[in-house]
Amino acid sequence: MRWINIRLSRTAALTLALLPFGLLVAAYLTGSAARLALNPDDKLLPSLTSIADAINRMAFIPDGRTGDVLLWSDTFASLSRLGWGLAISTLIALLVGMIVGMLPTARSLLAPVIAVIAMVPPLALLPILFILLGLGETAKVALIAIGVAPTMIRDLALKVTELPREQIVKAETLGGSSWQIAIRVVLPQVLPRLITCLRLQLGPAWLFLIAAEAISSDAGLGYRIFLVRRYLSMDVIFPYVAWITLLAVLMNLALDGVRVAVFPWSKAVRN
Amino acid sequence: MVEGGAQLSEIVIDNVWKEYGDQIVLEKISLTIEPRAFVALVGPSGCGKTTFLRLLLGEEAPTQGTITIDGVPLVAEPSPDRGVVFQRYSVFPHLTVLGNVLLGKEFQGSRFAARLLGSRRRTAIEEARELIAEVGLEGAEDKYPAMLSGGMQQRLALAQALIMRPKVLLLDEPFGALDPGIRADIHVLMKRLWHETALTVVMVTHDLREAFTLATRVIAFERPRDRPEERERYGASLSRDISIWPPRVAGEAFPFALDRDDPAQPMGPRRDDPAPVEGAMVP
Repeated sequence: MRWINIRLSRTAALTLALLPFGLLVAAYLTGSAARLALNPDDKLLPSLTSIADAINRMAFIPDGRTGDVLLWSDTFASLSRLGWGLAISTLIALLVGMIVGMLPTARSLLAPVIAVIAMVPPLALLPILFILLGLGETAKVALIAIGVAPTMIRDLALKVTELPREQIVKAETLGGSSWQIAIRVVLPQVLPRLITCLRLQLGPAWLFLIAAEAISSDAGLGYRIFLVRRYLSMDVIFPYVAWITLLAVLMNLALDGVRVAVFPWSKAVRN
Repeated sequence: MVEGGAQLSEIVIDNVWKEYGDQIVLEKISLTIEPRAFVALVGPSGCGKTTFLRLLLGEEAPTQGTITIDGVPLVAEPSPDRGVVFQRYSVFPHLTVLGNVLLGKEFQGSRFAARLLGSRRRTAIEEARELIAEVGLEGAEDKYPAMLSGGMQQRLALAQALIMRPKVLLLDEPFGALDPGIRADIHVLMKRLWHETALTVVMVTHDLREAFTLATRVIAFERPRDRPEERERYGASLSRDISIWPPRVAGEAFPFALDRDDPAQPMGPRRDDPAPVEGAMVP
């Protein structure tokens, strides 16, 4: 049988899916054991017990100086920055994307400038943002929004122009005005795409968040990782990275769940 | 023209040309479509019949010449007095069957929200349900188009267009993608709708049989000069204008009680009926 025709049962597929994770953990454990055998004080690949220790310290015991439980206060700080940044860019993307996608005039006016802005590396703008907006939350939220919005706008505008011409004409023959067609025909059909687009931008958004936090912050997941890096505290860094990954994966799943739950038709019409 | 309701609408096409840049697509098209006619436009592909339908729809403007409906020049923009059903993408995938049919009413009744509430919504729903039953979709009101077959989607598209009570219904190969059996069923529906609704129908089709089964008049488009070097400078024009005889008249039974693809009746086959084989459609 050809390889391209081999189909797996559910259990076999699940086993295969888990295999790389298992291999990663096993590789870590052997590596860690080997290094610790040579030098019990090795900090690069700490043992599971010291990682568990660190998790306990960061996630369950209040910090001696501030009285906060650090993991949770860091998570809260990071997520609220991320949330604001994504909310603002989603709103901008929806508004501008629909206008650019629907109105030829707006397309001529805005599409080129958006295409150029999308090419600016957002991290290069970070110093400007820090200078203009100060070192506080605004600059970090702005970095996420600036980094993520142009791509989302272009994606959404593209999605709008991809709607079949027949649908728009049909809506016009039903008497719809531009506004009515925007809110009843175009908007509901691009909302699922907006959610998908948001999911795809989670990665870049986290990147900008961590970068901004690393450079100037006093709390946040990225801040903590870069802070403890000075003491080579891999026992803290590893759980933090895992936690960030877990958060990103959960957000991804949740957004897709929302899409299917709110727009049941979007599952049948795969786009 | 005025008395007898606004529904009687004569379409006059006067010396219409359509060019895209240097490419002439249609030339010297003059045609008068009488009220309540059912006109089928036929012709080889690429001969401009869909372009002509787009002109009628107002999606495109003629390069030269005029089109008037009831003496009023056509606005170069689709509007609710001309309904349309395309071969595909005629219904909205994000709305249920009921939502699709309601949409026109909601556009009409609510300028900003485009949604009806309360008693107005209930009246509109009632009207929509009647129309849904009329096209044979009762029971499917809450389904999304993706859950319907191709034939049902086209029935839905018809109901959706008819709720606006258009004067003219434009059909762009509406049944071209359907199986023969389903197509025969929907022909019966189309004929009934044309008889019962005050409609002028213009249908583009590449299926001659369909044209002669449904229409009162069959108009053929053709390029009189179709050599490769002539193709750009000479467009298509009307080559045949055939009135069906005996004439079909909207609202009146056809002299031959049975049209070729009406459902089988217990009175035995007629002269030109196909052999009574279940579901057979001999092209």
